[in-house]
Amino acid sequence: MGAARVWTLAPTLAAAAALLLLLGMTTALAGEDRNPLASDPKAAKAGEFQFRINCAFCHGLGARGGGRGPDLTRAHKRYAHSDAQMFRTINDGIAGTAMPANGTNGQGVGMTETEIWQLISYIRSVEVKTSSQPTGNAVHGKQLFYGDANCSGCHMVEGKGGRLGPELTAVGASRTVESIVDSVRNPSRRLAWGLTEATKEFPQEYETVTVVTAEGKEIKGVALNEDRFSVQMMDTSEHIHLFEKDKLRSFEKSRVSLMPSYDTSLLSDKDLQDIVAYLLSVGAK
Amino acid sequence: MNRLFCAAMVLLTILATDAHGQVTFDRLLNSSKEPQNWLSYSGDYAGHRFSALDQINASNAHSMVAKWVYQTAATGKFETTPLVVDGVLYGTGQDNRAFALDARTGRPIWLYQRQLPGDIRPCCGRVNRGLAILGDKVFLGTLDAHVIALDAKTGSVIWDVAAVDYQQGYSFTLAPLVVKNLVIVGVSGGEYGVRGFIDAYDADTGQRKWRFYTVPGPGEPGHETWEGDSWKVGGAPAWMTGVYDPVNNELFWPTGNPAPSNRGKGRAGDNLYSNSLLALDADSGKLKWYFQFTKHDEHDWDATQVPVMIDLGDKHLIAQANRNGFFYALDRATGKLLSANPYGKITWSDSKDAEGRPVPNQQSSPTAEGRQVCPGALGTTNWMSPTFNSQTGLFYVNAREECDIFSTAPQPYEQGHAYYGSAYFPADGSEPYWGALRAIDPASGQVKWEFRHLSPSWSGALSSAGGLVFTGDAEGNFIALDAASGKALWHFQTGAAVYASPMAFAVDGKEYVAIAAGSSLYAFGLP
Repeated sequence: MGAARVWTLAPTLAAAAALLLLLGMTTALAGEDRNPLASDPKAAKAGEFQFRINCAFCHGLGARGGGRGPDLTRAHKRYAHSDAQMFRTINDGIAGTAMPANGTNGQGVGMTETEIWQLISYIRSVEVKTSSQPTGNAVHGKQLFYGDANCSGCHMVEGKGGRLGPELTAVGASRTVESIVDSVRNPSRRLAWGLTEATKEFPQEYETVTVVTAEGKEIKGVALNEDRFSVQMMDTSEHIHLFEKDKLRSFEKSRVSLMPSYDTSLLSDKDLQDIVAYLLSVGAK
Repeated sequence: MNRLFCAAMVLLTILATDAHGQVTFDRLLNSSKEPQNWLSYSGDYAGHRFSALDQINASNAHSMVAKWVYQTAATGKFETTPLVVDGVLYGTGQDNRAFALDARTGRPIWLYQRQLPGDIRPCCGRVNRGLAILGDKVFLGTLDAHVIALDAKTGSVIWDVAAVDYQQGYSFTLAPLVVKNLVIVGVSGGEYGVRGFIDAYDADTGQRKWRFYTVPGPGEPGHETWEGDSWKVGGAPAWMTGVYDPVNNELFWPTGNPAPSNRGKGRAGDNLYSNSLLALDADSGKLKWYFQFTKHDEHDWDATQVPVMIDLGDKHLIAQANRNGFFYALDRATGKLLSANPYGKITWSDSKDAEGRPVPNQQSSPTAEGRQVCPGALGTTNWMSPTFNSQTGLFYVNAREECDIFSTAPQPYEQGHAYYGSAYFPADGSEPYWGALRAIDPASGQVKWEFRHLSPSWSGALSSAGGLVFTGDAEGNFIALDAASGKALWHFQTGAAVYASPMAFAVDGKEYVAIAAGSSLYAFGLP
């Protein structure tokens, strides 16, 4: 549950095409297969400006991932294997995730085609070609995930597992090994993102909620969503409860994750490596 | 016909004309006499965003219901404050839509959408905040930097002038202000290294009557506050609607950040008149006084928040809850600073200069690696309107509690391109940001109460003679608060974060409160 945000989505061609039409873009825009500026040594530097203006808000300075967006220094990217794919991802955004289309995030001002290619030059320049691939045993990791480590009690991967914590099928593709390890060891340090609403700046986080109903029943779980007047939560038995706050006897929120801190006495470094290897193997599919 | 009958007919005619007549400057001056209408962006010239209607009040607000919803069916932030004149509502939508609706039902009377060029680059969404009205025309500033007069009855274009070349990064997002026969607008584009200005156009013809450059040119006072040629791309846009003092025929217009926003190197000096309040003669655009809130800004703290004219006894103030986190009260006649008090968390200043102006500390200037400063770049508040209620004597504003890491890096200027000098981003692993609608005593600057939001809000606020304050939140609620205590009396889930400032009007003796959210404009009333 402390794991970082899961990027789940299935971008449809229709949506992308509609978006392109909407933006008045021509198909030629994304028609280039390779970055035309790939051999221009100044492009990466210019791209760094674009990165800071448009991307650093979520992806952090240096593209190493912030609290909101994945580490882009990873050579393996889920939505940007080729330069052309990266162009489309930057220009169109990724439907169903917090990744917005170029110029629509309310932060930057939108990039020209050339600026997007400069940005791609920059991202390619900071990619770590030998990313710290785990030496773990993915097969054993899967056994632990669904067995002794009991990750699947709360987390689902490829349709199997629990629902209380974030779904983790894509986590291996979007997060660094270090951040996954940190989320397991210190799940409360950075709560995972939950629901992201289209018009809202900040996503819901996996906060722990404890309520006492008017009848005196205590219910503990995670917030699926919340506003000033209501809360939508899932309890530890995966039941969904919908409350108006003023009808509750008490409502408490905590940023201490419901996920236990898996220290080395609970989970050895070796076993954690195996679990990470399993998540990376799923994410790479 | 006898003379008495004749006189009665004339009177009837006048009354009828008055009820459904043209909006004159005189009506704008006396807007408080017709609280059923909302004749300008802030509802009056003083910037109070106050409705004298009291049919909806603290005793019955709990029973409010949605009366109608109008949908633009457009995406992006919907920031309009509509006008209402004699039963007709005039608003703007995303992508320079404009519309006139039957204010009782929400049914459109006319719709307009400007065909925008593909290469406009507004910084922060394809937004617009509203129209101004005079005579039989409504006035629209466009994202491609035109000012347009539309026929109020049909939406047809009467005149259309290009204020400036939009390809250099200029645009308009504000609601214009009409004073006398002038349509006054301020330009956006502080993210592009524009040279900001405020323009006044003849309402009949569209002819430009004056322009005030917010960055002084060579030979003009204030030019020396810019290093080298930095003034040419110095920013200082004027992208929010100012207010007007008819007593002295003065406009009070706020200005935005110097460019590049996160980098002071290369533009040494105070960078006048960025982040300032300008007092301009309304007829000539001549500067009478200025007050600069944030000198040599490196945090994008535009001072474009709507200034509010407040009279406290014999003190004539102009107050602003500034983006930099301080609530400032100035003497309206001279621009002299009377007080500056924080109304949210600030870390950038711990001392004041001889005038009483907060000055930045050593730890606030952005570095290459980044430095955490509060408030964040979006500020303790932003463009969403505050409201002042002379009955409670309180100034209400939505405050955002967030901090950012500000970084800086050299960036060459290229015409029409983003010109930030690096960036800001949230502090990693920081506590969640939050917000609050705060009630401030303008005399002392003290916060009297707050209504807490789960996350920072982009909603403006409206106060009313019904003892209410209306505001919205980022979770989509539109909320009525008790103006004296801050207690929530009613809320409605609009389905989208609120990025607009509310207003109120009445038709057929029934009061409505309106707010834009998502792609919908909602009107609420009593059942």
